[in-house]
This record gives sequence, C-alpha cells and structure tokens, in this order.
Amino acid sequence: MAASPTPLVELRQVGKRFPGVLANDAIDLALYPGEVHALLGENGAGKSTLLSMLAGLLRPDSGEIWLNGSAVALDSPAAARAHGIGAVPQHSSLIPTLTAAENLLLGEGRGLRRPDRQAAAARFSALCDQFGVAIDPGRLAGSLSLGEQQLTEILRALHGSRVLVLDEPTSMLTPDGAKILLAILRRATADGAAVLFITHKLDEALAVAARVTVLRHGRVAGRFGQGDERELVLEAMFGRAAESMRPGPLPPAPSHKGRGSDVLTMHVPVALSIGAGEIVGIAGIDGNGQTELAEMLAGQRAATGSIMLDGRDIAGLDVAARHRRGLRYVTDDRLGEGTVGAFPIALNLLLKRIGDAPFWRHGIARKAAMTAHADTTIAANDIRAPGAWTRVGNLSGGNVQKLVLARELEGAPRFVIYNKPTHGLDAATQAAIRRRVAAQAEGGVACLLISPDLDELLLLCDRIFVMRDGRLLGPLANDGDTRRAAAALMAG
Amino acid sequence: MIRLAGVALPVAGALLASALVLLAVGIDPVDYYAIVLQRGLLTSRGVTESAIRSAPLMLLAASLMVSFSAGLWNLGGDGQFLLAAVAVSAICPPLDARAGPWLALPIGVAVALGAGAGWAALPAFLKAWRGVNEIVTTLMMSFLGASLANALIKLAFRDPGTTVPQTRILPVADRLPRLFGGTVHAGVPLAVGVLIAVHLTLAHTAWGFRLRTLGASPRAARHAGIDVPRTTFAALLVSGALAGLAGGVDILGVWGGVRADWNPGFGLSVVALVCLARLNGWVVAGLVAVFSVLSVGGESATIRLGVPSSFSLVFVALLLLFLAVPEILARARR
Repeated sequence: MAASPTPLVELRQVGKRFPGVLANDAIDLALYPGEVHALLGENGAGKSTLLSMLAGLLRPDSGEIWLNGSAVALDSPAAARAHGIGAVPQHSSLIPTLTAAENLLLGEGRGLRRPDRQAAAARFSALCDQFGVAIDPGRLAGSLSLGEQQLTEILRALHGSRVLVLDEPTSMLTPDGAKILLAILRRATADGAAVLFITHKLDEALAVAARVTVLRHGRVAGRFGQGDERELVLEAMFGRAAESMRPGPLPPAPSHKGRGSDVLTMHVPVALSIGAGEIVGIAGIDGNGQTELAEMLAGQRAATGSIMLDGRDIAGLDVAARHRRGLRYVTDDRLGEGTVGAFPIALNLLLKRIGDAPFWRHGIARKAAMTAHADTTIAANDIRAPGAWTRVGNLSGGNVQKLVLARELEGAPRFVIYNKPTHGLDAATQAAIRRRVAAQAEGGVACLLISPDLDELLLLCDRIFVMRDGRLLGPLANDGDTRRAAAALMAG
Repeated sequence: MIRLAGVALPVAGALLASALVLLAVGIDPVDYYAIVLQRGLLTSRGVTESAIRSAPLMLLAASLMVSFSAGLWNLGGDGQFLLAAVAVSAICPPLDARAGPWLALPIGVAVALGAGAGWAALPAFLKAWRGVNEIVTTLMMSFLGASLANALIKLAFRDPGTTVPQTRILPVADRLPRLFGGTVHAGVPLAVGVLIAVHLTLAHTAWGFRLRTLGASPRAARHAGIDVPRTTFAALLVSGALAGLAGGVDILGVWGGVRADWNPGFGLSVVALVCLARLNGWVVAGLVAVFSVLSVGGESATIRLGVPSSFSLVFVALLLLFLAVPEILARARR
C-alpha cells in the first residue's frame, strides 16, 4: 500500500441524520493515493448516504470532508467534480438517447455554447484506450448493455478525477466485465488515484481492496486489512448474537404453503409452510425476490403452483378474496402502494373493504360510520393525527405504518406477510411494531416476516430462510448460531 | 380560497390575454366583450342559445370527469360524439315515422349511449388488458370515428331526397320536448342532471371511490384488491357512453339529423374546462356555462366585428396556458 502521509480525501467525524434515522454517525475514513479501499456493509448500513455526501448530493450535518489537506464544502455535484471526485451511483445515470461520448459532456459547459461532439468522441476514445475498454463512442447509451453502461459511467467518473467512488459497481457486470473493472482500477490507482469501493459482498471487498472499512447501522464497525479473518469481518457486518424476543419454537403445524412459483425472479420452486403462531423470517439483501414472493402470496402477482391457507387452495383467488380469508399483506412501500396520500385516513383505513357495510350502504358512502371507525382506530393504534379526515400524505412515516398495520390486522387475520415493517422508522416505533408482530403470533396468527435486518429476524422468528437470487435457502432454526450461518448465506 | 383563485386566475388571465390579442389585430376588446355578453347572456335569445349550447358540453364534461377520476385520458370524445350522432340520425327518423316520438326518443338516447361506449370499447380493452396508452388510442379512434361518421352519412344513411349529403331529419315537433314553450329542450336539464349525478357518484359511492383510488395510485388500487383491468375498462366505457349521449342529445334536441362534414369539435375545449375545475362537478358546470356564453356570444361578435369564428378557441388555448400558472404556484408553495 502506497500510503503517503496526506490522504487524498479524509472524512472527519462526518454525520448525517434523516428524520428518525441516523444514517451516518461520526464516520472517520481516509483514502490515500494509489489505494482501493472497500466500504462494506449490509443494506441500510449507510453506505449510499456516504457516497451521496462525497458526490455533493447531500451535505453532512456534522463533521468535515478534507481534500488534499484542507477542508472543503462539497455542496453540489459540480463542486465535487471540480475537486476531482468522480462518483458512480448504483443505478445508471446515463442519458439513454445520447451517445456514450456525449454523456461524457453532461454537466460540463456553460450557457448556450454548442457542445463539441467531436472532441468528446476523441476524449472518450482516448479514455477507452487508456483503460483498455472497447466501447464505440458513437453508440447510444441506451443501446449499450448494462455492463457497458456501467463501464461508461466509470470512465466518465474517472475523467479528470483523482478520487473514484463506486457504489456496488459489479452488480451490473458479467464476470468478464468485472475483470475489466479490476484492470481499470489497477491502472487508475497506479496513476495515483484513490478508489472507494462500496459493496455488500464480503469476498469481493477482500478481493479488490487492501483495506476494508465495515459500516453497520451508520457507524464504523471495524477496519480490516487483508490478513484478517473472514469470520471477524462477518461479525462486524452483522453483529454478535442477540437475545430472542420469542419463546422456544412451536411445533410445526403447516397452515400455509406456497409452492411451485416459477415467475421470472424465482429460479426454483419455492416451498414454504408456516404453522399457526409461528413467525418465519426471510433474510436477504433487498431485491433478491422477497417482494415478488410476498406479492405472489398476496395475489398481486401471477404465480403457478398451489398456495394453501387453512387447508384450502387459495391460488385461484384474487387479492380481495384472499384478504377476506384472513391473508394480510403489510407492504414495504407504505406510501406508494399501501396508502393513497391524497386520501384521508378514514378512506385509507377502508381501502381494502370498499363497498362493505356499514361504511357503504347500497353502494353509497356513509360518512358518519367512516368517521366513527377511523376515530376508534386512530385512538386504539396511537396514530398521531388531527382527525379522521386528515390526508395521509401529511402524516409521518411511523404514523402511516401504524395506519397500515391497523388496517391489515383488523378483523381476523390468519396469515400476515410483513414486508420490511420497521424500515425507515425511529427506534420507538420499530419496537412497538415488533411487539405487535410478536403479540399477533402469540394469538395464533401465522407470520411471514421479510426483513433485511438480521437483528430483527433473530429477535422475532422461529425459523429463518435466506433469499438470494430468487432462491429460498435454509431454513435455519433460530437457536443461537443462526447469525453467522444466515450472514454467510446472505453475503454469498 | 386557493381553490377559488385556481379557477378565477386562469379565467381572468385568459380573458385579459384574449383582449390583448384582439387589440393586436385592431379590434376594440371592450366592444368585443360587450357584444359577447349582450348576445350570449343578456338577451333572451342569447341566454336560450347559450343554454342549448351548454347541453352537449355538460355531457362531454361528465364523460371526461369519469375517465379523469380514474386517471385515464379519454381524448376520443369527438369521435364518440359524432358516431353516436350519426347512429341516432340513422335510427330515429325512420323509427319516429313508424312508431312516433315516445318510442323514438328513448331508443335514440339508448342508441347514443351504446354507440359512444362502442367506439370507446377498443381503446378501453387495449388499455385495460394490454396496457396500451389510451391517450394515443382514443385520439386516433376519434379521427377514425369522424371519418367513419362521414362515410356512413354519405354511403349508408344518406337521405335520398336531398342534394346535400345528410341523414334524414327528425321533424321539429318530434324532437326532445321544449320547456316553457320556448326553444330550450329537455336535453338541457337532462345534461345538468347527468353532470350532477356523475359528480355525486364519483364523490360518494363505492364505485366512484374505486375509480378515484385507481386514478390516484394504480399500485395502491392493485394492492387494495381492486380489479384494475375491469375498473379501467368500465371507466372508459362509461366515459364513451356519456360522450355519445352528448351527441345524441344534440341531435334529438337541436338538429334532428347530421349533415356530412359536421363536427362541432367540442371535445377538446371541454378537456381544458374539466382540468381547470379539478374534476369538481359544480365548478365544471359553472365553467361550461361561461364557455357557452363566450362561444355563443363570440359567434355574434364574429359577424359584427369580423373576428374569426374560431376566436373562442384562442380563448380556450389561452385558458390552458394560464391553467399552468396556479399549478406552478402550488408547486412553489410546497
């Protein structure tokens, strides 16, 4: 490692708070010229927030960012670029209708001056040659493969930068693309650049980086070099074993089964059974098919195979019929899908019972009944709102989630799917929701808890599956040594 | 207050800007607006004309309220209107001659509803079950519908007794009953009633709530267990039926039949009014009334001052432009 005394970039006690969440807490991190430094952590650990601050998209609430020995204010993406920081976000930010070379010009130039396309093409070709990439500068970005788009973005970020920040750069790359990426990074660091490589994959971090910093719940949980043990890094990522909030596992009495689902993201049939009073967890990094599974169970997404609820096949039933049979789905997207922000609380509480008595009679709304129902529900569920007819869009995230839970758990639920029920909420609300999930199970309801937060799953679940690439791995009994096994399955 | 300003501001802005346009072409806007007001509202003939004009506009507005509530853009109102008008003109005069108006008129209304819904069915199906953008399909079907209507008049339903290509004409005595012995026909209160009924349905019934949920968030609608394709299909069909009713009422109440190349083109002017009213039925009714006065009075002013008859379209265009202003203000407020 060519660590010279002054780091290229240094984060000193950098913190960032979002409503209810401390995304980054007093982070110290130094990048030296010529090094690849990995930032490792599970989803929600605060990696992307850190990237956004380095890219000038977010401003830190506390702490300082130092560049070449002096504190700087990165208050816009242009400022970050001017300071020589090139950031590549996780999802493509190329303009698909411009050519690869023209995308190089984005954010450059002033006023109405016509951009010099030929010079851009020449510069793009030179960059390709320099880093050993073969992409035609004249091709439209939209026609490039995802991997080529990713490499184009990396070239664009490298152009005129000394510091390169990459967020999950291999997620879109084929194994060959990943090799090209490593070659690019080697050349860039040989020229004295520093690379911050953000990833959730342990093996990848250890393979590319000389030094690894692990983030967990927004804090630095450990710093490692190449000689350190894998086990220690895993423990830093996922934490030590925690006490379970639940009594011992219940005897399995299958009341629910999803089988033979072969929709796109499901590579193999999924087999799953959950007993009354049991909480089964699904761990995994976001986007591995968890939401698709939940939607198939809820009836929102086509599925083949059979789904048995209380001994009856409900696979042919639609969302409303499954709801009536006691299948409830607490969606992970409470504002986009679970509620309608423009509608008042009273109506959102009845979204899944439209037309039912006593709230509608002969198809006509009865406002008094709706108001009474909403008032009762608001009081019983500690929803903080001015009244029954307050727009849901004006409520805080925690109160929206309480509303969604109140709606889904009303009546006689038999099987409840919780998809990331505590995501993005403050600690007190999270605890209240977890207590509620546990209490439901005590009452004999079968629960499926999908969460990227392993701690939450270990706290609540009887058994835990890990979902990766659409496959359900496990199950692991929650009996003490589950954390390490689950973490290993998650990180791949 | 903000809602009221959201309506009044664009209307005032469009009136003012229209005045500037008039000034620019050398016409005194005060003269123009005086004539418009005089001939559109302040004479008994004018107010009658405006009321009659408002009937198809109210029904087209009701049609748009249904589809807009569900987040769907039925821009095919003109085609649905014309085809329904032609269908009514083809069926009612001969039926009337044989069975009299008490059978011909109700059947005419039913035919109008059916023809409008029928012409909306294909875009509705494509949107509901194939995800094809309804803005494009309804608009395309509107052009096709206007051409088909013409072809039908000239080729299939032409009255052999006339030299001008047109359908047979329903006798004046057998059209929709006149009110108070004047010229205002029963279609006017019918249209107002339908508009109010649509408003109340959307605001206070389970079906209206399903439509509004779908319009506000298709994902939430799917999550809530609403049958999204069926609801989409139904909304566009009802919207088409109401546009058809507008054509039927105009024929049964005013014209009695259709001439080739007749196309009042109400549909797209009404789009602006319904958007401006934010789907509130009461505001829609008020705006349609204002627009009826402007267009009836504007036609008189055309003759008196030499302003092109399409000038009321200039007003509508400006209205659309000024419609964007409160939107921008509302966004800045947030």
